[in-house]
Amino acid sequence: MENLLHVGKNVPRTAEIDKVTGHAVYIDEYKRPGMLYGKILYSQYAHARIKSINTEKAKKLPGVRAVITGYDIPDVRVGFLGDQTVLKRDIVRQFRDEVAAVAAITPEIAEDALKLIEVEYEPLPAIFDPIEAMKPDAALVHETDARGRPLRSNILPLPWKFSAGDVDKAREESTYVVKHDVTTPWINQCCMGTSGCVAEFDSNNNLTYCAQTNVIFGAKQRIATYLRNIGLKGKKIRVLNPVVGGSFGTKLDTDIYEFICIQLALKTRKPVKIRFTREEEFAALPPRQASRFTIEQGCDKEGKLTFRKVDAILDNGAYTSWGATTPSVMMLPISSMYRVPNVSFQATCVYTNNIYSQAMRGYGNPQAAFAVETSMDLLAEKAGIDPAEFRLINRNHPGDVTPMGLKITTCPLEECINTVKEKIKWDEKRGKKNGRGVGMASLIHVAGGARVYLSDGTGIRIKVNEDGEVDVLSGSTDQGQGSPTVIAQIIAEATGFRPEDVNIVFGDTALGLWDAGTHASRHTFVAGNAAVRAGELIKRQILELAVQHIPKLVKRSLKQQQKKNPDFVPPELDYTLIDSPDKLELKDRMIYPREAPDHPYFKTEVGKILTSGLHVGVGESKAVAAEVFWDPPTQMLNAEMKGNYSCTYAFGTAGVEVEVDKQTGEVKILKLVSAHDVGRAINPTLVKGQIYGAAYIGIGYGLTERVQVVDGKVVNANFRDYKILTANDNIPVEAVIIEDPDPAGPYGAKGIGEPGLVPTAPAIANAIYDAVGVWIKDLPITPEKVLAALKAQGQ
Amino acid sequence: MKKEITFTLNNEEVIVEVDPKWTLIHLLREVLELTGTKEGCGVGECGACTVIVDGEAVNSCLYPVMEVEGKTVATIEGVALPDGTLHPIQQAFIENNGVQCGYCTSGMIMSAKALLDKKSDPTEDEIRTGISGNICRCTGYVQIVESIQLAAERMKK
Ligand code: FES
Ligand code: FES
Repeated sequence: MENLLHVGKNVPRTAEIDKVTGHAVYIDEYKRPGMLYGKILYSQYAHARIKSINTEKAKKLPGVRAVITGYDIPDVRVGFLGDQTVLKRDIVRQFRDEVAAVAAITPEIAEDALKLIEVEYEPLPAIFDPIEAMKPDAALVHETDARGRPLRSNILPLPWKFSAGDVDKAREESTYVVKHDVTTPWINQCCMGTSGCVAEFDSNNNLTYCAQTNVIFGAKQRIATYLRNIGLKGKKIRVLNPVVGGSFGTKLDTDIYEFICIQLALKTRKPVKIRFTREEEFAALPPRQASRFTIEQGCDKEGKLTFRKVDAILDNGAYTSWGATTPSVMMLPISSMYRVPNVSFQATCVYTNNIYSQAMRGYGNPQAAFAVETSMDLLAEKAGIDPAEFRLINRNHPGDVTPMGLKITTCPLEECINTVKEKIKWDEKRGKKNGRGVGMASLIHVAGGARVYLSDGTGIRIKVNEDGEVDVLSGSTDQGQGSPTVIAQIIAEATGFRPEDVNIVFGDTALGLWDAGTHASRHTFVAGNAAVRAGELIKRQILELAVQHIPKLVKRSLKQQQKKNPDFVPPELDYTLIDSPDKLELKDRMIYPREAPDHPYFKTEVGKILTSGLHVGVGESKAVAAEVFWDPPTQMLNAEMKGNYSCTYAFGTAGVEVEVDKQTGEVKILKLVSAHDVGRAINPTLVKGQIYGAAYIGIGYGLTERVQVVDGKVVNANFRDYKILTANDNIPVEAVIIEDPDPAGPYGAKGIGEPGLVPTAPAIANAIYDAVGVWIKDLPITPEKVLAALKAQGQ
Repeated sequence: MKKEITFTLNNEEVIVEVDPKWTLIHLLREVLELTGTKEGCGVGECGACTVIVDGEAVNSCLYPVMEVEGKTVATIEGVALPDGTLHPIQQAFIENNGVQCGYCTSGMIMSAKALLDKKSDPTEDEIRTGISGNICRCTGYVQIVESIQLAAERMKK
């Protein structure tokens, strides 16, 4: 596999040059003739009955083209559990409930019109604490389910329960056992480009929908269901992506504003754009959910883990989006991080009148890893073993099958841990308790697809034009992670062209083959695999042309030379060197015989073969094109939450050195080393970009970020109060790429989109304990919490 | 009441009628259709809207449009040479992964340019301070800082 020309190289992101010149078209710039602007009116209460809505004044405002409420559109349910409607008619169950919407000729007029809508509410008792909401006599957030059947509890009917081995027996037999609680906050994904979409119906009521979704076919299907349910059956839907200003999970589900936009477009017969303000992005977009874990772990005398028991309570908020499915990914660290034979896990999702949650980079993994990895340090301490050593003792090995059935193929976890130890000077710095300390945490994540739908596949179409351009239609999307470069490198390698020859169109359901979505760190792995396969087909087609055309070209050129120079003696050429495509190779735009790579006559530029081979004449002309749909051999989780749902898994370790100021409680990160198993780095610079970016969000998760929700209301909906790290925080992050090419990956690559975020926060918590001896088990670790903990210890 | 203002925008004189209530970003994006300048928050907290006015990086979402009268404004669209040759900062962002989703990029590049125009050899701390008003969610800033360093080095030559 060596001798790679493009894979493994730091190819620049020239394909995205418009992003540095200001010409890239995001949803902000996407415009259609006659386009209107939509704005949404949200609830004033966390729980209330809507007594009346009066839109008359708003309708009369000049420039307003439509004002709609739940009474103006069919009362159709949407969402993962069908537990909400697009505009709420009778009851609002959270502050961000959508009550009315306006379309107007400018966003400003639409905004003004919202202020003219009069809504009368009758407040109802609201419930904000999931523990309270779980009690049998708690007030119900929903009185009925999607089908109108009465509900008796706020606990969602979701199957998050897993068990392997015998935890009770293992606990009894353990030498050391620890148990603790952790909590994690709501986190906003904070895409710098806020949410938005443009919906447009043609005269046949077919819909063109420009959206930031990273799951174009999933969005299309959800919209199709919605249109069918409102009476627009059989309409054609095309979903398109603009350039997307960050995703991080926000674009996984189809949000309510998107259905509203579609309704406004339908009502006005005009293209309608909705684009969120930053305040809306904080208050009306589902964040990463808040969670609480109780985790108990045990080990034997030698420090081998014996069992792990985890109970999680997830604040579901008032409705259900993908946040409620994060336990399927929490399962990864809980069941499979380190070797642990006996595992039990239960997650309870509870309705409250808080904001509801969505996906965010890492899905449930960062939450659960915070529980598991802080527990690892507690247990190591109890067993008197160095936490790094403790992790090495229990590390996963290639060939392991974990309790949930994950088949570990490649696993350089030992190298990740040792690299971090060395780089962070672990042995020298650990255990001083002098205000400075080091900590670490590891991760496991899906890195080879993730079968969350029946199909985990993706399709790619490639055609090579007569001028040597390689046009690619990808069914996937790009959110800025660099796929236009990385997939181009893979295709260049597989076809024998150069990355700059490759032009990829992403994000168009009309053009691309089906794709499960650019999520779960799956894109490079799954689309890369499809690209390698399609690229090989393309190469084969070109080599078949070459078998026919190289001899023709050579003979013609020899004849010409003879003509020019009658003394020229044509050489005796061995045409059997090139009489089959198997005997030829195409690399870096050159075709040559495998047996004689520098053959002076047979080595031919691919462009010549395309020119002479494609446009030939009646009956002879050809096109070079191939398509591959590749569905990885992954399994869906079964009813017991077991199954090998990815082809391969990524491991990694973060090590942190901190300094804690005992006077202020301030935590300063002196160094963060994030070592990641990436299989093979297709583009090391871009891989590092993924690690740095994810690690930085992880630091925010650990130290500063929290959506503050007070009685159901987001009270810090801006960047002044929501503390996102800036360049001035100057945290030295070192990203280390560990390569151990995975046999299933495209040129050995594994996914690396999410892993960097996962171990960062627990590594920080563990380092703080090493520095000053206090455990902060409640994220984020703010100075106030550190001070309070120090005080409680009498420090 | 609209008023006429005159200023220099990306090396060209512009005479335009504006509503005095507008911010500079409104004029740039909505009227002049220079949409490279992004609005990430609209209230001066993210830096996506950064442009250069008389040599200083400013948040155009806060900048009153009347105040550009007689001044010189540079936006991302004017950073590359007219023939399309990228500025060294743009080139470095492309080569060193200083850009991911790209939403913060225009503002980042303008902040970086304002800095390098004044100081050709900034320290890492000065670079970090120079872009501290620009939030980026994708990169963790590491490769942005490196890109600016790389550009500074090349610009010296
Ligand atoms: S848009 Fe101007 S600072 Fe955010
Ligand atoms: S590149 Fe996405 S916000 Fe900076």
